[in-house]
Amino acid sequence: MSRPPAGPAGARPEPFTITFDGRPVPALPGQTLAAALWAAGILAWRTTRVGGRPRGAFCGIGQCHDCLATVNGVPNRRACLVPARPGDALTTQEGHGHDRPGS
Amino acid sequence: MTVPAAEPGGPGTEGPHPVPDASADPYDLVVIGAGPAGLTGAVTAAELGLTVALVDSAARPGGQYYRHPAPALGAGRPPAPHHDWTPFTDLGHRLAASRSLTHLTEHHVWSVARESDGTWTAHAVTGADGTDGRPVRTRGRALLLATGAHERHLPFPGWTLPGVVGAGGAQAMLSAGLVLPGRRVVVAGSGPLLLAVAASLAAAGARVPAVVEAAGYLRYARKPRVLAANPRKAAEALTYGAGLLRHRVRLHPRSAVTRVHGTERVEAVTVARLDRDWRPLPGTGRRIDCDALAVGHGLVPQIELATAVGCATRVLPDGTRGLALGADQETSVPGLWAAGETGGVGGAELARAEGETAARAIAARLLGRRADPARTALLRRRRDRLRAFADAMAAAHTPGPGWTGWLTDDTEICRCEEVPAGRVREAVTDLGARDPRTVKLLTRAGMGWCQGRMCGTAVACLASRGAPAPPPPDRRLLAVPVPLSALAAEEGEPWEPGLPEIREVPKDGEAPRVPEPPAAPRPPDSPRAPGSPEAACAPRPRPTP
Repeated sequence: MSRPPAGPAGARPEPFTITFDGRPVPALPGQTLAAALWAAGILAWRTTRVGGRPRGAFCGIGQCHDCLATVNGVPNRRACLVPARPGDALTTQEGHGHDRPGS
Repeated sequence: MTVPAAEPGGPGTEGPHPVPDASADPYDLVVIGAGPAGLTGAVTAAELGLTVALVDSAARPGGQYYRHPAPALGAGRPPAPHHDWTPFTDLGHRLAASRSLTHLTEHHVWSVARESDGTWTAHAVTGADGTDGRPVRTRGRALLLATGAHERHLPFPGWTLPGVVGAGGAQAMLSAGLVLPGRRVVVAGSGPLLLAVAASLAAAGARVPAVVEAAGYLRYARKPRVLAANPRKAAEALTYGAGLLRHRVRLHPRSAVTRVHGTERVEAVTVARLDRDWRPLPGTGRRIDCDALAVGHGLVPQIELATAVGCATRVLPDGTRGLALGADQETSVPGLWAAGETGGVGGAELARAEGETAARAIAARLLGRRADPARTALLRRRRDRLRAFADAMAAAHTPGPGWTGWLTDDTEICRCEEVPAGRVREAVTDLGARDPRTVKLLTRAGMGWCQGRMCGTAVACLASRGAPAPPPPDRRLLAVPVPLSALAAEEGEPWEPGLPEIREVPKDGEAPRVPEPPAAPRPPDSPRAPGSPEAACAPRPRPTP
């Protein structure tokens, strides 16, 4: 994750901070959580239920549900749709995101 | 008027009613989707004197085609050149000026139903991702579906690695969020969208080492008259072509990414040549280093709201299924209309023409007036010309049956349920599955969060074993994920503990109820009836020399 993708120039609003697994990540007003993570070079924020494989945004429009993240303790939020807000705490969603089945 | 989902007290609501609007007077027209087709349809209908609710899942109008950054991001339009932006500016002005139009943003419609009095109800959940717990019902005397399309995907080894993103997804994330998935992005798959995506990514600063297109562009030349009748489309292609030349993007026709390399994320791809049936040619693979791959194989009309109430469908030239529509855009179910990609993928200009056609026909019917004959004739001519072009293009990018040749047994087919190709093949060859539904029951492929939107094409192709087979169109009872609490609210229970009981009683005195599909007669090509051949993986006729 050491290669932050180059963000296109032009937008100059004031960034604010969210966290991903405890680490600060800058976000711009109006960006989705997924966009803020991409801008920081983070492409995966979920592990799959069966194989434990890393996943992130794929379809980018809320259809595939690959970008599910745990946001402020709530699992299964679609990061490509949810706008980033100052202080949002994202954590890698493991499997279905609940401590145990059915919880 | 724009009514965001987050703001309580939308039309017809008073206080914390669990499901507002059920007993309010219906709108004349409810439009679902605020892309080019729905937006045009909604403003046209409002200008013709109808009261209109424009219901859309996004926070801003435009749909996927006119997706643009939030105002807070400080960039008014997408960062890459957009050749067709002016019509959207015009539609935005008309939307702002419409007094009889209510724009319901961040409303995700999960079902539509015809009520006993002949009106339509659209059931929606609200919020950016539909989880804010406030379900909404919107009623209308007529319904216009403009729900667009989603991307078609064909799996290949490594396509679930982080860094592999949908081509349309990369475009969407760039247009709205001003971000790229990597610095060096290969664009691959099939269809005209690839050139647009590559041009956007390159203009935004990504290095695009290759555009990999499975079809041969020469197939366009089979319909010279259709091409000649659409000079603007040819100019569009030239614009993209010139942009790609400027950014030194190399185009690989008749080729595909047959493997992605990397362990935790994309490090490189293998690109192989294909024969005319999209079968990879042995020994032609070469490695291209990249840190992301944007991939897509065309678009699939998003029609589950319509098929759930029995609308007839037709097989399109690219093997996808769209709604079967009459000359004025009405579906086979009276009072339910559709425009744009729902009737077959054809682009924004066609979508606008269809949206206007539908709105004029709906206004004529509801107001008992005759539609302006000159305008109707002009719109029909435009639509026929653009539809012919779209059909020619779709046919050129139909996946060939040989694409399954690049699958390995451990290639994941269903991303949600992590079902590999080997298990799907086992279900087909050893257990006798012949259709996607049986494969789903045996393997869980298509049973996950996306409801088979990502793997549906692949599963249908594998189930039919390359032969023309009749997989029915997808039926999804719920078009978007709906929390059980929202369904409970539909049944008349408070959707959250501690909230008051529903006070509202609909006019007819019945309790609010979950929708049931109306007893519409089922036409011959309807969802449950045996369909027509699925062309997406069918052997195509050989051209005669």
